Amino acid sequence: MNKVIKFIVLDILKNKFVVIYTFILLILSWSVFSLENNFTKGLLSLLNIILLIVPMVAILFSTIYMYNSSEFIELLLGQPIKRKKIWMSMYIGLLISMTSAFLIGAGIPIILFAFSSVGLMMLVTGCLITIIFVSLAMLASILMRDKAKGIGLSMMIWLFFSLMFDGLVLFLLFQFSDYPIEKAMIGLSFLNPIGLSRILILLQLDVSALMGYTGAIFKDFFGTSMGVIISFLCLLCWAIIPFLISLSRFNRKDL
Amino acid sequence: MPQKYSGRRYFTNMRWILTVVMLMCGYFHLAAMTITVGKDFPIKSINRAIAMANDGDTVLVHEGLYREGNILVNKSISVIGKNKPILDGQKKFEVVTIRASHVMFDGFVVQHSGYATLEDPGGIKVYNAYAVTISNNILEDNFFGIYIHYGRKCLIKNNRIRAYGVEEQQIGNGIHCWKSDSMEIIGNVIRGHRDGIYFEFVTNSIIWRNVSESNIRYGLHFMFSNHDAYITNIFRRNGSGVAVMFTKEVNMFNNYFEDNWGDAAYGILLKEISDSYIIGNHFKENTAALYLEGANRIIIEKNEFQNNGWGMKIQASCMDNVVSGNNFIGNTFDISTNGSLVLSTFNNNYWDKYEGYDLDRNGIGDVPFHPLSLFAMIAEKNPPVMLLFRSFMVNLLDRSEKMMPSLTPENFIDEKPMMKPCIL
Repeated sequence: MNKVIKFIVLDILKNKFVVIYTFILLILSWSVFSLENNFTKGLLSLLNIILLIVPMVAILFSTIYMYNSSEFIELLLGQPIKRKKIWMSMYIGLLISMTSAFLIGAGIPIILFAFSSVGLMMLVTGCLITIIFVSLAMLASILMRDKAKGIGLSMMIWLFFSLMFDGLVLFLLFQFSDYPIEKAMIGLSFLNPIGLSRILILLQLDVSALMGYTGAIFKDFFGTSMGVIISFLCLLCWAIIPFLISLSRFNRKDL
Repeated sequence: MPQKYSGRRYFTNMRWILTVVMLMCGYFHLAAMTITVGKDFPIKSINRAIAMANDGDTVLVHEGLYREGNILVNKSISVIGKNKPILDGQKKFEVVTIRASHVMFDGFVVQHSGYATLEDPGGIKVYNAYAVTISNNILEDNFFGIYIHYGRKCLIKNNRIRAYGVEEQQIGNGIHCWKSDSMEIIGNVIRGHRDGIYFEFVTNSIIWRNVSESNIRYGLHFMFSNHDAYITNIFRRNGSGVAVMFTKEVNMFNNYFEDNWGDAAYGILLKEISDSYIIGNHFKENTAALYLEGANRIIIEKNEFQNNGWGMKIQASCMDNVVSGNNFIGNTFDISTNGSLVLSTFNNNYWDKYEGYDLDRNGIGDVPFHPLSLFAMIAEKNPPVMLLFRSFMVNLLDRSEKMMPSLTPENFIDEKPMMKPCIL
């Protein structure tokens, strides 16, 4: 299995796309920190990059890569390797290359310019978001046989989590503004990995006081170590469960 | 020249009279005694020394620990501590009570006053007196620090007041003035009380160069106190900042409001206040720097609002306020309001969120600025929305609202925004 992973990582690096992605991330985050004299402001600008670009690149690249290497998978299936191992090594190979790209691209500027609890939180959640969207890409590629449909689906997933979900939440908030919905909101926020990461990072920035009474409830939950642990467990679930579903599908799939 | 002669004679007479008067003054001056108290002196009790003294005398207290219960000053004398003698109330008594005018109380450590919610015992309490000076004292762990009750023309200067309050109900105020006039509160440092400085029915007074920090409730609390000024004070890390309520004609100049951060913390909270000036103040890192409710005819000029959650929360109940020449830098929201009615004017402020241009290069932006963001308004009406703060969706909404304002009040506008920060 290690050999397969190594092969996949090298193959992705040969592709050069990941190298370019790393480079662009590096330039973006570097410029964000050098433009702003205040590193918190830089972190806030970086937040938008992490919450928008990182998941998009992770899911699109992984989906395309999965479709492009379908022949390679078929070739591997001819070898005496278990199906589970093939799928897992695809996942781990993608995951290693994408997270290392993120860690080099965004991590170096963050550690240099803003080595704080916020910066660390940003790095950790950024990695988790990358992993989550790689695993969602695996799911999308197994659900759709057609490449175009698969890429469309992964685009939809990205769009849903980064834009439509928030719109939906906004709508619900207005519909139920007369009810005490704060606790339900906490539950709802677990359904969106991007939103959850955003909240975790913002609470490190201590904007919770801005939210008044509601903020107090959020702080009581997300601000405690218990809440942080639960949120991270939830993010881990987001990273693992779609992959597991895709794995079981792949095991049963007739290629 | 007879005229000149008579003038000289008059002058000689005056010289005589003056000499006599001066001699008499000298006599009276000598008559004022100094009574020395200390463990190496015949008189060991401050209360006994005060009992022996006449008006105008000085009681000089040497260093040491004095546990005399309540010390009552009921004559116009100076009570002066040498090398900071300690007066201890043993958590039972009001430590020093002043019930006479023209008293000077200087240079003591006053500690451990009693605790009683009905009598409000203080470290130093003044009842119904004129021209009392309380200076250079250190007050430690008292229920109330310095309590002035019906004082006129009192000076409270250079005291260090410290308490270790945990709960609002179990601790009094640092400097508490009630029904007083012409007070001067200068150069005191107050920490850990309920309110740092508390004014109720206090008029024509000045609060100058004090530091009020880490108090449980307000750094400064004004109620029904007209014609006052507070200038160049520092209010830092107080539970809820500074509150000025039900008052008119207050001048607030050059104060620093910093780190008042919490769910209900304000730099200044203004409620039912009119005809006042807020000029040259610095607001830094407060949850809401300036909160106005029912505030009328207030000039807000040349202040700096930096890194606050809200720069200014101006409620629809405010009228005829003028906000001009201020700098708004790095605030999460510059302005928020709770309605669509805007009766105050904004002009010539610098907003770091302004994205306009200046074609004629006169330093004033050519397009007006809408300081109120849509999200700030939504969050005001529906606080849980803050959960979506800084999400892509919300940024998008704000952008589109900035392009075509439809939901935010149209006249909430700075017609002449500055291109560069105003020089304060």
